[in-house]
Amino acid sequence: MTSLLTVTAAVPALGAVATAAVPAARRTAAKWLALAFSLATLGLAGVQLAQFDPHAAGPFQLTESHAWIKDFGVRYELGVDGIAVVLIALTAVLVPFVVLAGWHDADPLETHSKRWRPTQGFFALILMVEAMVVIAFEATDVFLFYIFFEAMLIPMYFLIGGFGDRAGERTEEEAAAQRSYAAVKFLLYNLAGGLIMLAAVVGLYAVTAHQLGTGTFSLQEILQARAAGRLHFATVTERALFLGFFFAFAVKAPLWPVHTWLPNAMTESTAPVAVLITAVVDKVGTFAMLRFCLQLFPEASKWATPVILVLSLISILYGALLAVGQRDIKRLIAYASISHFGFIILGIFAMTTQGQGGATLYMVNHGISTAALMLIAGFLISRRGSRLIADYGGVQKVAPVLAGTFLVAGLATLSLPGLAPFVSEFLVLVGTFSRHPVIGGVATLGIVLAALYVLVLYQRTMTGPVREPVRGMPDLRVRELAVVAPLIALLLFLGVYPKPLTRMIDPAVAHTMAQVDRTDPKPPVQANDVEAAK
Amino acid sequence: MENLIGLLVLVPLLGAGVLLCGGRRLDRSGPWVGTGLAAVSFVLGVWLFADMLGRKGDNRALDVTVFSWVPVGGFRADVGFHLDQLSMTFVLLITGVGSLIHLYSVGYMAHDERPRRFFGYLNLFLAAMLLLVLADNYLLLYAGWEGVGLASYLLIGFWQHKPSAATAAKKAFLVNRVGDMGLSIAIMVMFTTFGTFSFAPVLAHADQAGEGKLTAIGLLLLLGACGKSAQVPLQSWLGDAMEGPTPVSALIHAATMVTAGVYLITRSSAIFNGAPDAQTAVVTVGAVTLLFGAIVGCAKDDIKKALAGSTMSQIGYMILAAGLGPVGYVFAIMHLVTHGFFKAGLFLGAGSVMHGMNDEVDMRRYGGLRSYMPVTFWTFGLGYLAIIGFPGLSGFFSKDKIIEAAFAKGGTEGWILGAAALLGAAITAYYMTRVMLLTFFGEKRWQPTVSDSGSAAEDGNLPHPHESPKTMTIPMILLAVGSVFAGGLFSINSAFLKWLEPVTGHAEGHSPVGAGQVTAATMVVLVIGAAVAWQQYGRSPVPVTAPRGTLLTRAARRDLLQDDFNHVVLVRGGEHLTRSLVYVDHKLVDGVVNGTAASVGGLSGRMRRLQNGFARSYAVSMFGGAAVLIAATLLMRAV
Repeated sequence: MTSLLTVTAAVPALGAVATAAVPAARRTAAKWLALAFSLATLGLAGVQLAQFDPHAAGPFQLTESHAWIKDFGVRYELGVDGIAVVLIALTAVLVPFVVLAGWHDADPLETHSKRWRPTQGFFALILMVEAMVVIAFEATDVFLFYIFFEAMLIPMYFLIGGFGDRAGERTEEEAAAQRSYAAVKFLLYNLAGGLIMLAAVVGLYAVTAHQLGTGTFSLQEILQARAAGRLHFATVTERALFLGFFFAFAVKAPLWPVHTWLPNAMTESTAPVAVLITAVVDKVGTFAMLRFCLQLFPEASKWATPVILVLSLISILYGALLAVGQRDIKRLIAYASISHFGFIILGIFAMTTQGQGGATLYMVNHGISTAALMLIAGFLISRRGSRLIADYGGVQKVAPVLAGTFLVAGLATLSLPGLAPFVSEFLVLVGTFSRHPVIGGVATLGIVLAALYVLVLYQRTMTGPVREPVRGMPDLRVRELAVVAPLIALLLFLGVYPKPLTRMIDPAVAHTMAQVDRTDPKPPVQANDVEAAK
Repeated sequence: MENLIGLLVLVPLLGAGVLLCGGRRLDRSGPWVGTGLAAVSFVLGVWLFADMLGRKGDNRALDVTVFSWVPVGGFRADVGFHLDQLSMTFVLLITGVGSLIHLYSVGYMAHDERPRRFFGYLNLFLAAMLLLVLADNYLLLYAGWEGVGLASYLLIGFWQHKPSAATAAKKAFLVNRVGDMGLSIAIMVMFTTFGTFSFAPVLAHADQAGEGKLTAIGLLLLLGACGKSAQVPLQSWLGDAMEGPTPVSALIHAATMVTAGVYLITRSSAIFNGAPDAQTAVVTVGAVTLLFGAIVGCAKDDIKKALAGSTMSQIGYMILAAGLGPVGYVFAIMHLVTHGFFKAGLFLGAGSVMHGMNDEVDMRRYGGLRSYMPVTFWTFGLGYLAIIGFPGLSGFFSKDKIIEAAFAKGGTEGWILGAAALLGAAITAYYMTRVMLLTFFGEKRWQPTVSDSGSAAEDGNLPHPHESPKTMTIPMILLAVGSVFAGGLFSINSAFLKWLEPVTGHAEGHSPVGAGQVTAATMVVLVIGAAVAWQQYGRSPVPVTAPRGTLLTRAARRDLLQDDFNHVVLVRGGEHLTRSLVYVDHKLVDGVVNGTAASVGGLSGRMRRLQNGFARSYAVSMFGGAAVLIAATLLMRAV
């Protein structure tokens, strides 16, 4: 199948249209339709994984290339490397759980009329986001990537602004005001990033047009031209373009100090949408740093590395400390994510195999662990109608399965060995440490702080005497268990056997490292010979 | 044979999985399933032991690589096991004592609501601890290391509905994490220095790394050891950990997990041998902790907390011995094993007493129990004699050797360490005699217990002490047998030394004082310590409420104020830091970024407009954006 990549992105897009078209009264049918399309996408992502050959030559596979806007050299070019294929799989795995977890999040209230349609809209928007994220991972044409990088803001904006928790204490108007503030903030931050990136995209075109005769956005073409010496960025130009790209990705990721949109967006939206933000959409930002920032502008990347490492370190510690100080469960998870994004960016700019491989693995593992933690938190919140930690206590006594799975997801978040995030976090740390010992060492403080915010959250909500409002709280239902159990199984499996992923990621990381012209530091003592000899 | 090693870890892990996910069907059979699987792993351990005895000293190690865990570039971590005499010793201790404590728990936890979960956690602990001692590389060891931390967290907080238990569990995990940070950075330094963190290549090439690197690795490993083994300055969690059920205190917080630090240092002997400064740090930590724990143990009225202080102190002895280098490694491990017997026995005895006394833990409310619980009295008594180092019992052989080795360090250092170890022996005799007298001798000071609802019952609730059921007394008897004979058996013909020497190496020190003199001095301080305790608690009546006490006593009751220091500096300081950061994030970072955006693009006005009737104006904005985009591309065409 030569157009596998197009189909993988088209299926959820079609699903979005189909779901939106379901008549108002047949809400349940719309939900099942959305679930079916998301599962079909998962199947296609599986086919991609199966067809992808990690040892094949060349950076991209399953490529498609068509002329699109000839005048500007914009091409419809798709292709995946080991990093993209793994992240597409992550997206495709998570979306069915997002759909399933959000099954009742957009149900009409009793006051709504029979013709109320947002239920369909909710699921259609989720599928729309999935389609755009998938194509952003696949695009190897900078302009094509840019279009979808920006376009995914639209469905996300409506998801954040239009649907929220049915919070108990607040009035519906208050909640709506908060939501729309969060949605606008999300939009403006990301639009600002996008506008700056647009300037850089245009600048890139100008440079290629000037030096190559015909302008191009094709990543492959640009890389080949640079390797052949036909294309050369002046230092200032390269740095300016790098900053333009990086700023947009740093907002999306998000990196300190442009992170403040994330806690608002994640808190005000429903838990499944929060998962979509942090586990899926934000990954496009960190992915794009690896694919575009490092590969297009290697020299500028190295130039900016010290500052970015320090910003990542601040993100790690700052996010974790703020998580400790939160009183709202979802805000706490949002700040924890900021800390984790710090680790991912740290790993990318450590410029070592372990750092970048670990960062890519981290994107996957963070996606799964945060999805688990956030969705279970959502189930908890839906039972009590409050996001405040202080409103809970003693849940483990009345809902032991909910508490137990919450603890496992929490332990994954604090990177306990045996669960997936440990592997990636340790790789990031060791990869950073081998080039920047001080930064790597200080970043390790993050593991203590993570234990603090996770265990304090667990203690305050789940342990202690059973609080009155918690009494009679039902344990996880079958639908909820169907969301939680597979995610936890994945966390366990990838914690013990991450090789299926590292096998995919490794060659792509080696390619990136070669583009940046960096090799891993050599250890002073060659101790491995003995082991080989044994 | 090699495959059995993997099975050894897998069996209890399977037990944990089945018991924790099994549902209510396993509620009744759960305790026996858990105990049975622990016994199976013990049988496997004995089998491997018999097999190992069949081979010659230098050829006893077994290696097996199960699968490649994390292969990324030059970074290779395998799930692989290394079974040599050192890990074998631990395997037998963990599965042996572990099985006995499982059996004891069948009786002890019989009235609990959910024993199934308890046994699941215990099995999880066994699996993690076995992984820790069997791993053939530091990263897998780290996995076991954090795994036992998790099991310890779950078990300390087993009675989660008690806020004190939940807090203690969290504290234990957090303090341990600080230590774990040290261990993980140590692994990073190893990777950058050697390109690997497997035991064999790292330890074989340690001498090439240079003293600076080795000192760094050594100090970081020591930080890890301090966390797990409750050594100063990371000791504060152990006392609180006594919130867990008593079998947990016996298994995890006395016999096995807390000795993991000693294992780590002994296993890394090649690194410490090349880093004298790190060794000095190790012996200092050991000597300080052995006194610290002993002093705390003297002041506590809670029987379990007194024993916890004692555990800290005894592990201090082991750490001290391990820091002495080849002179001490073997004796560190020997004391670890004998301590495993007698301290587990003492804790089980304490549990038995609590079982008969309506869960009362205050020793001032015990008294005269020897005739009511004869088996508990005799087994506890033998453990008592073993720990104070009564001639002929286990503790005598192992502790004596450590004191000798401390003197053999030589120079002023040797005298200081030797004196500290001797002083520790005196205090040990004092606090253990105190525990013994308060609990089993003297007059009855029993008090009516306060029922759960909070109202003190008028009369009927006076405890009716009784001997514990067979499932509890049998493990106590077996551990008492070990407490009596293990040390002697190990010392016949230096059997233990010959067994471990191929792994740890051994050197005879040059002690300025003869072995006989050391033994004599130890006996003298032992008698003095016991006599002082008898003078205070045996000859005069004991008040039910503790007297105010001297300044030192009051400080020791509060763990020598270390907790207060932590509270003021770390907890309060941390609270202020996070609270101010939350403020800064909201007002400053958010404000500045928003403000910049506003001043640059007049965004705040647009933001307000967007919020009102957002959908329509949003669409307009998007059109605007698209128009800009098209205009820009058209312009570019002209360029």
